[in-house]
Amino acid sequence: MAQMDAVQKRLFQEVADLHNIPEGAYNLRANGESIGRNTTANIDIQSKTDVSGIDIRIKDGTRNESVHIPVVLSQSGLKEDVYNDFFVGQDCDVLIVAGCGIDNCGSQDSEHDGIHRFYIGKNSRVRYVEKHYGSGDGSGKRILNPVTEVYMEEGSVMEMEMVQIKGVDSTKRTTVAELAADAKLVVHERLMTHGQQEADSIYKVSLNGDGSSADVVSRSVARDNSYQKLDLCIVGSAACSGHTECDSIIMDNGRILAVPSLEANNIDAALVHEAAIGKIAGEQLIKLMTLGLTEAEAEEQIINGFLK
Amino acid sequence: MLELKNISFSADDGEVEIIRDISMTVEDDKFVVITGPNGGGKSTLAKLIAGIEKNTAGQLIFDGVDITDKNITERARMGIGFAFQQPVRFKGMTVVDLLRIAAGKNLSVSEACEYLSEVGLCAKDYIDREINASLSGGELKRIEIATVLARNVKLALFDEPEAGIDLWSFNNLIRIFEKMRSECCGRSIIVISHQERILNIADEIIVIADGRIAKRGSRDEVLPEITGTESAINICSRIK
Repeated sequence: MAQMDAVQKRLFQEVADLHNIPEGAYNLRANGESIGRNTTANIDIQSKTDVSGIDIRIKDGTRNESVHIPVVLSQSGLKEDVYNDFFVGQDCDVLIVAGCGIDNCGSQDSEHDGIHRFYIGKNSRVRYVEKHYGSGDGSGKRILNPVTEVYMEEGSVMEMEMVQIKGVDSTKRTTVAELAADAKLVVHERLMTHGQQEADSIYKVSLNGDGSSADVVSRSVARDNSYQKLDLCIVGSAACSGHTECDSIIMDNGRILAVPSLEANNIDAALVHEAAIGKIAGEQLIKLMTLGLTEAEAEEQIINGFLK
Repeated sequence: MLELKNISFSADDGEVEIIRDISMTVEDDKFVVITGPNGGGKSTLAKLIAGIEKNTAGQLIFDGVDITDKNITERARMGIGFAFQQPVRFKGMTVVDLLRIAAGKNLSVSEACEYLSEVGLCAKDYIDREINASLSGGELKRIEIATVLARNVKLALFDEPEAGIDLWSFNNLIRIFEKMRSECCGRSIIVISHQERILNIADEIIVIADGRIAKRGSRDEVLPEITGTESAINICSRIK
């Protein structure tokens, strides 16, 4: 990682917990270029030739391996669309860590739109971690519009952890998933917006095979004058079970629109949605204040716990 | 030492008077039980001491300092602890997180476990549990008590600590109070309770009714007068 400067190193650390070169397969992208890549016997990474992005191919039966593909932008005014496709074979068990960090100290907007497509083979298990982070005090906006598409074959399992806690000015996150029989999708999204930020988070999960299931849980906090729209939809077209939950805290002048929706196209589809929005409960603050915290410290602790 | 001087409290813009001109002193090293009928103002009095409610008249003096205008945080930092009657849940926060906040330091897991064992919870099962709806009322109540134990308080207030806990932990609770007293010199404990077994270990009993002190004195003086009334009931009156 010789070509990396301090800002880029910090960003990589924020989005991928990387202190150094990761183990296993990786592709590190900084300011629109690949600055480091490693493949393993089971995991191959190739640059796409038609558009910007990479193809990641994971062989059948690959277990206990990981792929890191973090992206950082530290140059103001950079706009990029990146297409990353993951082809996961059968009977795999892998960890995929993605994420994007933008540091914009300039006056021009920086934008990274990553389109991730996952094709998950039969009986494979994938854990996917995606973190988004923005920093820098320039007037240029930090914009991230990730699109995630997940195509799950029979008996596959996908656990997704999507985190966006700080510094992204505008985001439109779209996640689409299609599940075959006995496939299982678990999503944990954590979102915090502050300042004048806007975030849209859209999920559309289609349960197409018998025995498929999805659990989509979003926890979010909107502070200052920020706005969030959470649109969680599950479509059940087989004997399946689906659950969505939006649980949100509003602070200051924060605003949230939660639009959970369910569509059942099969008599054996069992679908549930829950949504709750509210400010921090007064009793919670009081309890922590009786333990010696100030009101502001109590708020911080409650939010930290909620988004953990 | 805690001194209440002519404390009154009204709610709804003075329409409803809940505490009427109460004056009392809680000496150091004392175990005081406040009892009395429901709606008499016991919990409100405890909340006034912790600063959760603000008295509308009168003065509170704690260890020689006028705390009337001090807020909850300041009073907590001076050594006042409060265990709520109905503990609150925190989504995402774990038991060890809460104990660390209570202790005001980065408690080691084994230190945190000690407090949980004190309240009869198997520490390894609970330390990483979220304080959410998955905990029962009794479990929450014990964790609530553990948060007070984790703080080295000078004055501990317990609002109906026995409510919602079973017989076994009731014995445990009494042992906890006794240990708290022996452990720290100068510490006083105020418990709101109707239970005879807690009244039985009191140095002093205060009966609050209709916002006033109806009776006050040593256990031997007050207990015989109130036994069999709403102010002093057995654990399960149906068994009798």
